[in-house]
Amino acid sequence: MAHLDSLSLRDPLKESLLFNKRLMFMIGFISLLTLILLGRLFQLQVLNNAHYSTLSEKNRVNILPIAPTRGLIYDRNGVLIAHNIPSFYINIIPERVENMDETLALLKQLITLTPRELKRFKRQLRRKRKFVSIPLRYRLNEAEVARVSVNQYRLPGVQIKSELLRHYPVGELMAHVAGYVGRISEKDLRVLNTREYSASSHIGKVGIEKFYENILHGSIGHQRVETNAQGRIIKVLERTLPTPGKTLYLNVDSNLQSVAYKAFGDNNGALMAIDPVTGAVLAMVSAPSYDPNVFVHGLEADDYQKITKSPRRPLFNRALQGQYPPGSTLKPLLGLAGLELDEVYAHNPIDCKGWYMLEDDVDERRYRDWKRSGHGATNLIDAIAESCDIYFYDLSYNLGIDRIHQYLSAFGMGKMTGIDMEGELTGIVPNKEWKRIHYNEMWFPGETLINGIGQGFMLATPVQLVSFTAALTQGGKRYKPAILKAMQDPKSKVLETIEPVALEAVHQIRMNNWEVILRSMHKVVHGFKGSARGISQGIKYKMAGKTGTSQVFGIKQGERYRQDKLSKKLHDHALFVGFAPYKNPRIAVSAIVENGGGGGSVAAPIVRKVIDQYLLGKVDEPQPTE
Amino acid sequence: MNLNPLSNLEFGDNRKLSGSGRLLQRFNIDAPLFFSLLLLSVIGLIVLYSAGSQSEALMLKQILRLLLGFAVMIIIAQFHPSVLSVWTPWIYTAGVLMLVTVLLVGDIGKGAQRWLNLGLFRFQPSELMKIALPMMIAYYLSQSPLPPRKFKLVVCGLILIIPTALVAKQPDLGTSLLIASSGIFALFLAGIRWRLIISMLIILAASLPFAWNMMHDYQQRRVLTFINPENDPLGAGYHIIQSTIAIGSGGVYGKGWLNGTQSHLDFLPERSTDFIFAVLSEEFGLIGVLLLLAIYVFITARGLIIASQSQDTFTRLLAGSLTLTFFVYIFVNIGMVSGLLPVVGVPLPLISYGGTSLVTIMAGFGILMSIKANRKLIG
Repeated sequence: MAHLDSLSLRDPLKESLLFNKRLMFMIGFISLLTLILLGRLFQLQVLNNAHYSTLSEKNRVNILPIAPTRGLIYDRNGVLIAHNIPSFYINIIPERVENMDETLALLKQLITLTPRELKRFKRQLRRKRKFVSIPLRYRLNEAEVARVSVNQYRLPGVQIKSELLRHYPVGELMAHVAGYVGRISEKDLRVLNTREYSASSHIGKVGIEKFYENILHGSIGHQRVETNAQGRIIKVLERTLPTPGKTLYLNVDSNLQSVAYKAFGDNNGALMAIDPVTGAVLAMVSAPSYDPNVFVHGLEADDYQKITKSPRRPLFNRALQGQYPPGSTLKPLLGLAGLELDEVYAHNPIDCKGWYMLEDDVDERRYRDWKRSGHGATNLIDAIAESCDIYFYDLSYNLGIDRIHQYLSAFGMGKMTGIDMEGELTGIVPNKEWKRIHYNEMWFPGETLINGIGQGFMLATPVQLVSFTAALTQGGKRYKPAILKAMQDPKSKVLETIEPVALEAVHQIRMNNWEVILRSMHKVVHGFKGSARGISQGIKYKMAGKTGTSQVFGIKQGERYRQDKLSKKLHDHALFVGFAPYKNPRIAVSAIVENGGGGGSVAAPIVRKVIDQYLLGKVDEPQPTE
Repeated sequence: MNLNPLSNLEFGDNRKLSGSGRLLQRFNIDAPLFFSLLLLSVIGLIVLYSAGSQSEALMLKQILRLLLGFAVMIIIAQFHPSVLSVWTPWIYTAGVLMLVTVLLVGDIGKGAQRWLNLGLFRFQPSELMKIALPMMIAYYLSQSPLPPRKFKLVVCGLILIIPTALVAKQPDLGTSLLIASSGIFALFLAGIRWRLIISMLIILAASLPFAWNMMHDYQQRRVLTFINPENDPLGAGYHIIQSTIAIGSGGVYGKGWLNGTQSHLDFLPERSTDFIFAVLSEEFGLIGVLLLLAIYVFITARGLIIASQSQDTFTRLLAGSLTLTFFVYIFVNIGMVSGLLPVVGVPLPLISYGGTSLVTIMAGFGILMSIKANRKLIG
């Protein structure tokens, strides 16, 4: 039946019509789909063409920063202090490494890898982004570079890269002047211009490297490159070269610096030498020093601890940050204040019995002279030359602490000198108000005496000492100490000299009074009773100065200072300030030897050596003896 | 009496034939189809030269495949449709058995079992099914008057679902989609009722959640990525993002041959195979795209004309569903590359690098040519 049915109902015409109807429907459907495709392509290629072109360009073109070359640093004579040398390091791109453990094991056979380096590498491996390389080992030597290169085919994903690293050829000699650069830390990143530093790995951390960072760094360059999807550079499209940092010439004389640094031997201390006419810093020594090169590569935490925890504190720049009791080095300034107050009184000799007592002191406290037997009848000039304390107790008492404060402040004490380096401290020049603020106590007359001879609250830095010494020689004209002499654009070679910056001068001092003080300082060295007469032996020029011996701790009433009975840490600090030649001085120096003992016997000879070197070009032999 | 509304659109025949035209006719070759396929192959080789980074070895392989494809087409064109009709049940049965075998012992390539290793060469039974299924449905429906009755539809449903499910199980979503659509086209052209079509669509929509659960992880991910490619810009969404960038940045005129940055700098994945359309769009712009689409539409139209002009149910349904399936290739591939459809592995006919689907497509055109050449002899 079914068969018959199908046969009887077959109608080719009807079937053909039905088929063609369905076909027409499908043609309509296909046309619709084609239109949808065309619409989509029109949308992509015409309407949104600009958008996708931008995306395609973004895919294709990368802008890579090019680090500028850091400016070089020279001393005043063109001796190289800081430059850049190529250094090789191993970089690993973990995505390209087939087997990290095997790769590291093979590398261990080729180069030395400390557990610390491996630990750091693995730590970075855990928290890195995709396709970012990780440094494994810095500072490969030539043999290591060769060994890794030869085995490169066994080390996929391992690259040898080179970078320019800062190097300080004179090492510790200039460490406190030049400072150093170190790898950019997270702390640095918070303050620096990240765009400018996007290609740089190092930044100035201390010293000149930090203070003149903007000049030394230069400005970044860029290259537009075409990269493929894997980030490999196919070609460079455009290049804007970086502007290298400027070359710096310092006022510091590295020979002078060397003589001064060596003169300290194993002592801790500091020395500042400046040109009194311009404020140019000729030498700035802080002993002990350190090798700045180790900081460039990045110190491991415990090495860093070793340096910072060292009892001698090598990183501490004593020339700017060491605050010491200035002791008798202040006497010339006090003397000048006395002359201005009452010339007749000042020139009037007093009788030094070896102690001094305030008129109405119920305790009858005796303020002692360093010389127990006393100096006898002493006038101002001798009081400075022989460093008589009794004279200055009396003078201080008559001046009063506020006037002392006024004069010392005029010479820049208690304030930063403004030297071109960070970290300078102010020292302390007390007055009544200062004590009220800091101790909430009234000022006692006895404190005036103690502070008048540079003890008590009084603190000064070596750079302040040299600054006032220079001002004394210039009739009160003062200049900002300047380490930078000139800078030069490495391309145009244009040299830009730094002009001296005048500070507020010490006004209204009678001309005659300057001479009296300078004469007394001349007598310190050349007088037969001068406190630094020891250094005048065989001297070929005239110099002047002032010794200082400042106590590190208070000697009890009635007790004596016995150096041999005290530990070295409690020995007196030895100080000396001086200048030469006596007429038309060309150099002013301050020196402090921590716990060195007597200023005349320990600090003055160092200054003599430095001035010898500066004026004569050599240290005069035989060495002066005491 | 000519009731065929499409017969006026006839090209080429009934006119005076040149020498080469006669040669083509003798071998049952339809000149419009032949030359447009040839043109497509040349365009494909030009684009492939750029997409394949100017590799000569790659070009040579593709040329050999094209030659093989054309040879298969010409050989199949020599068979009379009635021979094909007689073989149909056997081809279909063999195809289903091979699909079962593949699932049991097949070679694994790219995580899916698709290949049957026959010693000398590897064979992909799912490709055979792309032709065997429409043949089988056309054959079955041509045994009785149209439109088909309910019982026949159930049988057709089984004929369709068995291979589709077997291929989807491999898993190969793209191919199973093409196989299913070829069968559905045959059914649709046979004139099944609209009411049935609409209710099937509703059932399909309702079963989508179940289908979702049946999908493999990577298939689900593809669909999710299609819905929002930015979800995973470096993973699965990367393909779609980079190909739309390639197409969009081509603009109207394109970046020029061999100058496509998306493709030459490796941003575009699968650029010589499934995503080759993006290379063409990037380098030849909208103009190149329009030319390509014009050729495809021409070929589709030609196929539909052949279908419309054929005189019996089997050839009509077969020619129609093969042509429509060819169009599905184009729509799914371009739709996928331009971000309209999810990523399913469907090549762009005659342009994409690769041999298996090329041979199937050319075999389909061989059948079309055979139908065209023999239409008047059946009745």
